[in-house]
Amino acid sequence: MSVLLAFAAAFLFAAGTYLLLQRRLSRILIGVGLVGHGSNILLLTSGSGRGVAPIIGTADPTDFADPLPQALALTSIVITFGVTAFLLALGYRSWRITHDDVVEDDVEDRFIARRRNGDQMVEEEALAEREQAIDEDRQ
Amino acid sequence: MTALVALPVIVPLVGASLSVLTSPWRWAQRVISLLALTTNVVVGVLLLADVDGDEMLVMQAGGWKVPLGITLAVDRLSAVMLVVSSLMLVSVMVYAIGQGAEESRYASFNPVYLVLAAGVSASFVTGDLFNLFVAFEMMLVASYVLLTLGGRPGQVRSGMSYVVISLVASTFFITALALIYAATGTVNMAELSQRIPELSDGVRTGFSLLLILVFGIKAGLFPLFFWLPDSYPTAPGAITAVFAGLLTKVGVYAIIRTQTLLFPPDAQQGSFLLVLAGLTMVVGVLGALAQDDLRRMLSFHIVSHIGYMIFGLALFTLAGIAGAVFYVVHHIVVKTALFLVAGLVERRAGSDRLSRIGGLVRSAPMIAVLFALPALSIAGLPPFSGFVGKFALVGSGIESDEWAIVAVSLLVSLLTMYVMVRIWSGVFWGEPEDPAIAAWIESDESSVPRLMTGSASAVVALSVALMVFAGPLYDYSKRTAEDLLAPDRYVTAVIGDHE
Repeated sequence: MSVLLAFAAAFLFAAGTYLLLQRRLSRILIGVGLVGHGSNILLLTSGSGRGVAPIIGTADPTDFADPLPQALALTSIVITFGVTAFLLALGYRSWRITHDDVVEDDVEDRFIARRRNGDQMVEEEALAEREQAIDEDRQ
Repeated sequence: MTALVALPVIVPLVGASLSVLTSPWRWAQRVISLLALTTNVVVGVLLLADVDGDEMLVMQAGGWKVPLGITLAVDRLSAVMLVVSSLMLVSVMVYAIGQGAEESRYASFNPVYLVLAAGVSASFVTGDLFNLFVAFEMMLVASYVLLTLGGRPGQVRSGMSYVVISLVASTFFITALALIYAATGTVNMAELSQRIPELSDGVRTGFSLLLILVFGIKAGLFPLFFWLPDSYPTAPGAITAVFAGLLTKVGVYAIIRTQTLLFPPDAQQGSFLLVLAGLTMVVGVLGALAQDDLRRMLSFHIVSHIGYMIFGLALFTLAGIAGAVFYVVHHIVVKTALFLVAGLVERRAGSDRLSRIGGLVRSAPMIAVLFALPALSIAGLPPFSGFVGKFALVGSGIESDEWAIVAVSLLVSLLTMYVMVRIWSGVFWGEPEDPAIAAWIESDESSVPRLMTGSASAVVALSVALMVFAGPLYDYSKRTAEDLLAPDRYVTAVIGDHE
């Protein structure tokens, strides 16, 4: 059973990492979700294994499943859920501004790099390049 | 006194909920925020006085014994961090009120700011690794909101990368927790301190590196710092000061805490951390040199100085850790001061591009003085506190025969001076290079609210006070380092409490 869970966690991590490396926030979001699930499964398997529900008085305490990893996983699910909702709102805002949800490069960074060439039109050029990058990603 | 331990977390959280209820009345929100944050300062000072005179304070939430309950523990390191961070939080709150920008525009500013304060305090007092994760999340979620408050395109752009990188770090944290729990069966730091030495070498090293990775992302260590100079400058002015002063330092605190408490000397990553520290210093300061935007320059500069703190820790000697603790305290105050003054510059000159502004030394001599003091301190000129901190670190480096890192840190000091001189000549000397800026400086609109100048002056005065009281503070750092090098004290205080 735990081998299966280990493979499931590994697969979720792999798929999530791939999606995290994309440029679109919607894909990154799914990636975040997958990686989060992977780590939660890992948390669950870190306990002592199968057992009955750990409610005092219902069974022999030695048969209990380890409740701590479950509590921890629950906490982390709630947190991931909240942050994902926030990211969705951010993605929506980005879509309203640029009609896209591409996570863009640091514009200022390229501005600094260009400044070395003494170019006066750098800022506009950097902006133009950014637009182009968005276009390319769209295709 | 034990009852006080939970207050730095509870008070801001209660304040935040009251602040939500009073959201139609900004004055009520302000009173609540200032009251809650000032209470935190008082509680912090009381805790500091208590743990310095006596043993550390431990509280088991709900009275549950160690493996089950949540442990809150305050030792010398936590206490000093609590005091400095709450002082900064109050000053920046006053500054934000004076600024009259995001704080007065959005009803959500005050509650979220208080949640941030609670998260920062919770990271310092928790004695449980999972709770540290929760505290980090509290702080980070609040910082996501504050960073993107206003929803301008630049903020949304950098907010996306900031949130995603923080989420990735959090996922790594959960993964690390799962693996540590699977190997040891506990997440309580005192218990981990006893059980991790029983593990095999490879596993211990793996955990140590995994935790360095997690906290290194939050602290902005090389090569994990790229998000920092991108996202910090886009936040509202006052918020950048809090982020710069506190958030990265919470990461540094977590690195210091976990490396000294959880891992026995043979699993500590001393030489690896030294290499990272050196690279962090150099890359940060070179990045700062290239910038044109004042706040970006200072943000890159944070990265460089994180290197100094890690340098002190990586030696794992009494003098090294004492220097690192001193440096963290010094850096929190001085960096916050610099960012607050950068906000004043932006307000007075209408821009923070070095290539557009200039001549502020004549039009705003007060701001020039307020900038000069922390700038000289951060560059490490005697007799400022930055000099004391760097002197302690370099001294401990020589003591441990780590000549390469000593040379790097001295070189970076010199480059830091150069960065500060560049800011000085760009902002304060010469003439405004942009006619629009010159006209703005002449106009009445460019006057700076008294509350902003007042609170920036208070933080600058505090940084000067650090210089005056450098002796006692360094002695305190030394006692802190003694505690950190003897994790048994922490363990007996936490576990022995209920036996």
